[in-house]
Amino acid sequence: MSLISTLARMEAVASGSAQPLATVRHRRISDRPLVLVPLTTAGEAGAPLGALVGTERDAPRLLTVAQPRDRDLRFAFLGELAEAVLPYLDEYADAVEPAERSEADPETGKRVKVTVELCADAPQIVVPSRPGIDFVRLLGRSMRFRRTAEEDPDAAYPAPPRVPLLGRWLTHYGERARVPGSSLLLAATDLLNRHWATGQSSLEDQHLGALLAWIDPPGSLSGADAALHAELDRDPAGQLVCPPAGPATDPAFDNKLLAPAVEAYDRARQALAAAEDGPRAEERLARLTAAEHAIRALLADVMRPTWDSVWHALDLLRELPEGGRVADRWTRDRWSFTGHRDRVRAGEPPQPRHDDAVTAAQKLASRESAQGQLEAQEALDDPLVLAGRRLSGEAFLSEVTEVVMAYSESRRPSPRPLVTVRTDDRPQLGEGVKVYRSLDGKPQSAEFVRYEEDGSPVLRLTDRMGRAKDPAPGSVPEKGDRIAWTLFEHDQRGGPKLPDPEDTPWTHGGPPGADGTPGVGAPDGSGAARGSYGRTGTDAAVGPDPMTEEDFL
Amino acid sequence: MRGNAFEAKVKADGGTELLRLLVERLGGTEPPPGPGAAATPDLSASGPEGRVARTALALREATGSGGWTLLDHPLLALEVAGSPAYLEPDAVVVRPDGRWTVVEIKSFPMIDGSADPSKVGAAARQAAVYVLALERVAARTAGAEVADRVLLVCPRDFSNLPTASVVDVRKQLSVTRRQLARLTRIEDIADTVPEGTTFDLEHCSGDELTAAVDSVPASYAPECLAACELAFHCRARSREADAVEALGRGVRGELGGLTTVASVLAAAHGESGDPRDPTVAALRRAAELRAEALASAAAAPGRTGGGDGRDGPGPAGSLSACEAASTGGTSSSGATTTSTRTRSRAGTGEAAATGHGHGRSASARTES
Repeated sequence: MSLISTLARMEAVASGSAQPLATVRHRRISDRPLVLVPLTTAGEAGAPLGALVGTERDAPRLLTVAQPRDRDLRFAFLGELAEAVLPYLDEYADAVEPAERSEADPETGKRVKVTVELCADAPQIVVPSRPGIDFVRLLGRSMRFRRTAEEDPDAAYPAPPRVPLLGRWLTHYGERARVPGSSLLLAATDLLNRHWATGQSSLEDQHLGALLAWIDPPGSLSGADAALHAELDRDPAGQLVCPPAGPATDPAFDNKLLAPAVEAYDRARQALAAAEDGPRAEERLARLTAAEHAIRALLADVMRPTWDSVWHALDLLRELPEGGRVADRWTRDRWSFTGHRDRVRAGEPPQPRHDDAVTAAQKLASRESAQGQLEAQEALDDPLVLAGRRLSGEAFLSEVTEVVMAYSESRRPSPRPLVTVRTDDRPQLGEGVKVYRSLDGKPQSAEFVRYEEDGSPVLRLTDRMGRAKDPAPGSVPEKGDRIAWTLFEHDQRGGPKLPDPEDTPWTHGGPPGADGTPGVGAPDGSGAARGSYGRTGTDAAVGPDPMTEEDFL
Repeated sequence: MRGNAFEAKVKADGGTELLRLLVERLGGTEPPPGPGAAATPDLSASGPEGRVARTALALREATGSGGWTLLDHPLLALEVAGSPAYLEPDAVVVRPDGRWTVVEIKSFPMIDGSADPSKVGAAARQAAVYVLALERVAARTAGAEVADRVLLVCPRDFSNLPTASVVDVRKQLSVTRRQLARLTRIEDIADTVPEGTTFDLEHCSGDELTAAVDSVPASYAPECLAACELAFHCRARSREADAVEALGRGVRGELGGLTTVASVLAAAHGESGDPRDPTVAALRRAAELRAEALASAAAAPGRTGGGDGRDGPGPAGSLSACEAASTGGTSSSGATTTSTRTRSRAGTGEAAATGHGHGRSASARTES
């Protein structure tokens, strides 16, 4: 935590309400996001218990699993989830616009521009908290290798149609959520924490109810008091008034309410199976239905507050104006969505269990550059973020006091004007240090030359002044201009090119599939050599998970 | 519940499957024993002391036998702060060469060869304590040695089939050893508490217990909330005292001698503190910059920056790392070496992310 955000937290403690950490919104909030509130079964390592899902805040779709240990019921749940999520994704897949992308020509190897489709907008999924994002990844992993009856008629336990497809999409969204600054899959707590500082620790900030209470306390309560109520208040029956945002549930709810309800459901089911004649079976079926409804009502009650909180959080965030460079990052998200749409349509196999060395390195590199880009763009969009960088000497605000025209000493002299500025900040300038400013949205660079006697730094502009002898109009600052300079670059440069997966060096396990290990289906997935699950691997690399009598997802 | 069922499944058949996994993961010259070939001595006895003695005896016999032995739920004793604590590992395997290996069976899944790091970490810390307790017994047993690598058995992917992974607990061992050595003895702690204080839950009223708890000091940090039932109590006291730690341990690092929120804010707003103190100076500067930025944003509502729609793919490192590089003055050659090394490590996966970022950006900066 930087000093400036620590200070914001302390101000929040003193004032009893959350303090802003940003003056603009740094993430895209879609006009029509899909909100997903999942719940998982305690002690069953990720077996889904229920979910609220939908794009309409007044009409969430309730999906539940009455007995989480029953595979058929879990599959039915996942099938319903696919029916709720996939049509939403499909809506965005066909609204496209032409875009240019440079690609290597397969014959000549040169970079050429090709026109491809780019989805005009991308679907956005919002979950309540960061464990919710992990759960989306887990659901994706559990579904994408399943086989439906159509794909594999011999499967002992075929998955409902479209479930493997949902698994691939959720995996893609889960992966994308790891890219800094991306907005395809967002957690409400992360969004709020980016924009407000509360008077509690970052661990406590993971509680969506308490976090919202700090930012927008109900009634006349102070944020601090409201947060305490949200954390601790229980009704006379001992249940939390503000249930946890999930996917884990409160133990008191599991033991006192859910377990008896599930037990009643099991009994009703056994009774139905034991029924001997028609009228009795009918009566027992009615009881089973009633037991199922009781579970649905319980889960709906415990998820509804979280559902409302997520929409409340989205309302609060929409009040902030969107940062200028958010659209740029959203375009990348659109590319990501379009790319995966194309892979699905081209019939490519699901994402492998393990990335091969080259893919992993590429992912890391792109996340790093996304991180750098995010930090630079947030600072450029938001004076409050820039303030943090100014405090650490990585940026400075200045007023131009003098501009002296000068030229480079080459055969064809180009303009290299010397700009003297006055600043109260303490940037870490040294000889030859480059600084950047934003000129019509593009970075213009300059280098530090010397300090004047009164301590004012002198900068030499080095680019973006056109090809002529005289600099292009507007490209050189004038006396009195107030300019924010940064010591960090505004754009990220590409790193060295990585080899193709087929040329993976032996130090990294060699090319995928070259070591002769069959892919999955080998008796031991965890011990098999790395790299054997590469995208280029054969069909065996994407074999289904083995199914046993008791699975948990 | 699933945990117990899974553990029973792993140990079924006299531990044949468990021993097969152990040999497969840990290697060794001996082949795994066939079904029923490993000894599984009965460890039941009356009282914890009896079970501890029975376990020690079984371990000695197993070590001398030169065969495979699986001890199911042995009981070990370890002295913690001057009083004995009893520990019950899931299983201990004695190999024909006299090596003892701790087996920890957990019900969280290992998906594609990796499990939740926080849960694996907790399991490793737990197993390290068992290894420590076993070492005490091994010291008194001829030919015995305790392995510092333990076997973690988990369900594989989404099934209930067992898979295993070897966890090296040397680090956890040394940490636990050090912590046990410097733990204040219980008698010494008792001496600091006022005479007559009791935490007896059965014979005390709520008020008495509250008073008793209030009489002992606590050093609260937000991490306590995940582990301790008294955390809310300590948090309330910490907040009452206006302590900065209530906001997180890391907060203390940059605040020097300022320990209360009020003193930090007073220093930041120029009401107290010595301006020559670097902490106070930095706080004042931070408060000024923050106020200025908020004022400028308020003056121009709806302010947005210029959009720059260029896609510049490719990495150049994270900017937080830039800070380190620009202050650290890394030499160009040094930075490049780091860069090469981290680059070659990148293929191993996510774990390299942080170090990678530093290396790369250091080189990017010094090149420019």
